[in-house]
Amino acid sequence: MKGLGELERSIMDILWAENAPLTAREVGRMIEDRDLAPTTVMTVLDRLSRKGFLTRTRDGRAWRYQPAASRDAYVAELMLEALEMTGDRDAALTRFAQAVSGSEAEILRKALTELEEE
Amino acid sequence: MIAAAVLAALATICALAAWRLTSARWTWRAPRTAILLWQSLGVTWGLASTGALLAYALEPYRRGVVHGLAALLTTLEYGTREPHDVVRLGSLIAGLALLAGLVAVLLAAGAQTLRARHRHRVLLSLIARDEPAVPGVRVVDFPAAAAYCLPGLKKSHVVISDGTLSLLSADELDAVLAHEAAHVRERHDLVLLPFTALRRALPWSAVVRDAHASVSLLIEMAADDRALRHCCAKPLATALLRFGSAAALPTPQGALGASAVSNVMARVNRLVHPAVELPAHARFLILFGSVLLTASAPLLWLIPG
Repeated sequence: MKGLGELERSIMDILWAENAPLTAREVGRMIEDRDLAPTTVMTVLDRLSRKGFLTRTRDGRAWRYQPAASRDAYVAELMLEALEMTGDRDAALTRFAQAVSGSEAEILRKALTELEEE
Repeated sequence: MIAAAVLAALATICALAAWRLTSARWTWRAPRTAILLWQSLGVTWGLASTGALLAYALEPYRRGVVHGLAALLTTLEYGTREPHDVVRLGSLIAGLALLAGLVAVLLAAGAQTLRARHRHRVLLSLIARDEPAVPGVRVVDFPAAAAYCLPGLKKSHVVISDGTLSLLSADELDAVLAHEAAHVRERHDLVLLPFTALRRALPWSAVVRDAHASVSLLIEMAADDRALRHCCAKPLATALLRFGSAAALPTPQGALGASAVSNVMARVNRLVHPAVELPAHARFLILFGSVLLTASAPLLWLIPG
């Protein structure tokens, strides 16, 4: 069986790929690992909802789950932090280098050309 | 009275030294030593400025700050022996408030950083993928260049964007990864954490802001130096330039630009035209001075009078 983290990831991938909200049973059918107990899928779906990554709506006796935000939105959140554009609420990451813009980037481009010609 | 005066002098010296150090350039020739000096200046400034106030306030006990505070707590008959009690009481309140304030803001800012990192780590686990070409590195599908280290208590992650893979040559990528591995190995996140916390706590203070910027740059230089053990200088330099000029997004936050350019150029120049490393005796002297400085404030908290 896959680790819990791996499973959370596969389930998010399934739900991001689908456009419609799915039930735990439907998600379970789409997971590659066929030996998975239905309760495990429910547990992971529940965990993801509690963490705020999924929203759920009642459908008869079952819950239907869908992502709270698109994959792109999360990628953007990560990368804004990586590029030091989130202001003071950032995670204090150690970045390789900061990207610069406009005329300032030109200074670096010129230096790069000179260095490559050496 | 002597302890209070010496602590006040020490706090002033630390502040002046920090102010001088923000514009010093010898630090680039010995980044690790300079980082150590910054750390000892920070700790000593905090202990000396609060200690000076407390030492003055608790002087009537003639037992020093630590034992004076203990005596104050047990007897609570403060201020009955001296005529200047109002001034001393004010000094006591200011000293305790400053000490509590410093500790509280450092803890709060530290907690905020840890929360942001936790969120970042959770998101990464859902989004980032492994790439066979770069084992052990998390890759995020994003077109712009980004490479960073996400520090964790147990495990730190090196993360790069998909765009980085196509931007850099194999040599350059190796250099970038060696640089990031150095951050992980030397726990630079822990070095930076108190300075980040202080900057967040006192955003209006120019010295604190400059200190944070200096230490961040020194950490990058230290990681560059360490990376050179595994790769050559030139790919690291070209990677830096390529990275900086590959404008990530149309307009990054205004004022950040200028310092970013000079920081990148400073690191590139160091790599391409390496200056002579600071002589061993000079480094030893600074190291010795830092240790002495760090030990001085706690000692002055203990001595009576």
